[in-house]
Amino acid sequence: MDYFKEFFKGVWEKNPTFVLGIGMCPTLAVSTSVSNAIWMGIGTTFVLFGSNILVSAIRNIVPSHVRIPIFITIIATFVIIVELTLKAYQPAVYKALGIYIPLIVVNCIILGRAEEFAAKNNIPASILDALGMGLGFTLNLTVLSFIREILGSNKLFGYTLIPGFKPALLMILAPGAFFTLGLLLWGMNVIKARTARFKRTE
Amino acid sequence: MEIKILFTILISTIFINNYVLSRILGLCPYLGVSKKLDSAIGMGLAVIFVMTIASFFTFIIYKFVLIPFHIEYLRTIAFIIVIASLVQLVEMVIEKISPALYQALGIFLPLITTNCAVLGVAVLNIDSGFITQEFGLLNSVVQGFGAGVGFTLALLLMAGIRERLEIAMVPENLKGLPITFITAGLMAMAFLGFSGMKIF
Repeated sequence: MDYFKEFFKGVWEKNPTFVLGIGMCPTLAVSTSVSNAIWMGIGTTFVLFGSNILVSAIRNIVPSHVRIPIFITIIATFVIIVELTLKAYQPAVYKALGIYIPLIVVNCIILGRAEEFAAKNNIPASILDALGMGLGFTLNLTVLSFIREILGSNKLFGYTLIPGFKPALLMILAPGAFFTLGLLLWGMNVIKARTARFKRTE
Repeated sequence: MEIKILFTILISTIFINNYVLSRILGLCPYLGVSKKLDSAIGMGLAVIFVMTIASFFTFIIYKFVLIPFHIEYLRTIAFIIVIASLVQLVEMVIEKISPALYQALGIFLPLITTNCAVLGVAVLNIDSGFITQEFGLLNSVVQGFGAGVGFTLALLLMAGIRERLEIAMVPENLKGLPITFITAGLMAMAFLGFSGMKIF
């Protein structure tokens, strides 16, 4: 098995948000600032990491008709760990992310990877898959929040960029999230179409 | 007085803090089921139904099970299990009582478990502090109902627009998800007009 490939497929080839189109809600809702996005990415990666290991470890003893409730319970357990840890050590982040921390449970990426990958593969491969997918998700969030934070609040990591410049507040509200993602997906499609045409003419 | 509060909750969940367009919850069904108007209606009704019942049961479980045993931190795990089993139960009951309704809603019900708006409304009911209020249960049920109606409204508007987009001249690379997101952005901008609205 090509472990290198298992890790990097989550970043580009099977990128959760941009290619598979899953895990949209947290991507859009939390990407108002880069630090929020990175914390959300870390939290989701941790849950993904834990649930993939556990699911992969018990994959041969779980009867297939009760697997979904068991997976959900495992995922929820790790989400509670993230919730309590953030509440204790990073109360500001906990407050900023709000209800989107408990909602990691229903992030389709995690259940999707448990069902599609961890339930069929061994533990090392599942760990790499989880880390790759988590990294891909974190990168998406960071790119999106980078654009939105600069345009929407004229700041980066909380530091003002251009003093005296009035930012477009719309970009950190809900419409800005939809516009940014729509335009990014458009860009992805353009790149894909270009490379496809390039390959055909070769 | 109570009617006034209920009305405020209803208006604010449907328009001002619309779950899809303002809080950005429940995007998967919003994007997935909004291709046709009639399936959007089915999904919307199923969501209203499940959200109302889920608000009722999660509130009761939080108040009478989690708080007395001091296990509030298990909220997430308890709610997701309650919602999943509730959806399953509703599906079985509808199938027995009304096959016609089951025909209409059937395929959408299993999808609702992973709709983050349902868990979102259950969590928000607790975070809004309804638990200590006198009519907390009623308030949270109304909030659940309003959230469902708001979701349905956004879904129906989107389905109507997408049916017309099918025949519109859209650039090749913008087709599909990108144009849907830009449309959603414009709709969210329109809904932004409701924010800051004073009701009473």
